[in-house]
Amino acid sequence: MREILFHFFAALTIVPAFFVATSRKPVNAAMNMMVSFVGLAALFVLLETYFLAILQILVYAGAIVVLFLFIIMLIDAGSSPHPRLLRFLASLAAFALMVFAGYYLVFGGGAGPFAEITAEAPGYLSRTFGVSLFTTYLLPFQMTGFMLLIAMVGVIVLSRRFESDETGGEQ
Amino acid sequence: MTIGLEHYLFVSVLLFAIGFFGVLLRKNTLVVFMCLELMLSAAILALIAFSRYNTTPGAPLMEGNLFVLFIIAIAACEVAVGLAIIVALWRRHQTVELDEITELKH
Repeated sequence: MREILFHFFAALTIVPAFFVATSRKPVNAAMNMMVSFVGLAALFVLLETYFLAILQILVYAGAIVVLFLFIIMLIDAGSSPHPRLLRFLASLAAFALMVFAGYYLVFGGGAGPFAEITAEAPGYLSRTFGVSLFTTYLLPFQMTGFMLLIAMVGVIVLSRRFESDETGGEQ
Repeated sequence: MTIGLEHYLFVSVLLFAIGFFGVLLRKNTLVVFMCLELMLSAAILALIAFSRYNTTPGAPLMEGNLFVLFIIAIAACEVAVGLAIIVALWRRHQTVELDEITELKH
């Protein structure tokens, strides 16, 4: 059962991801990206990290995809022309090279020392998360919060309309 | 056939390669940015898989999972700033195609 679920959700992650890279309209790409992130969250559930699965759905499939759709609506990107054949072939060659190299790196060495899950997942996962977040990793946690503030200020500065935009822009 | 660590890692490899393929192939800035997000989530999947398969009964290793939490927060920042830059670019040039944005080249 677990194997069937793994293969199903792996396909649900990989196939829409491929359509993200190839679909000509950005709206289709964003929708495919949402499906791909939901499949990825299901893989997290199979790995018994439920907290991060929920976070993945909330932040990635929720906030980030909606932000992309909002920007696509705002700037009206339209559909791209077909890429030139040479670039398509070059990209496909790079893709195939990466997949083959990854295949031999991952499967080539036989079963490694961590091939099987040997222990139960820690119970009270969110509690374990919170305890380590607020004791050992308190400084990175605070810095992340500060960085969110910096990002917010940066976005406000970037999206302000400058005077030079209307006059043609010297700077 | 049991699902081992290498299966999750291969899914991660495929996802990263697809993201890289998209970055090379596409010229629309928004789609390139989406493919960058795919590459980031491939790294997240690898971290979670390593963290889960390294768990021992005595000490539940949470470092990988905590790493992923920070990565998700940073990815949210990155998307916000990146999309603001794309909107600023659109406002200035009325295009998001990378072929037509050649200001820094000349």
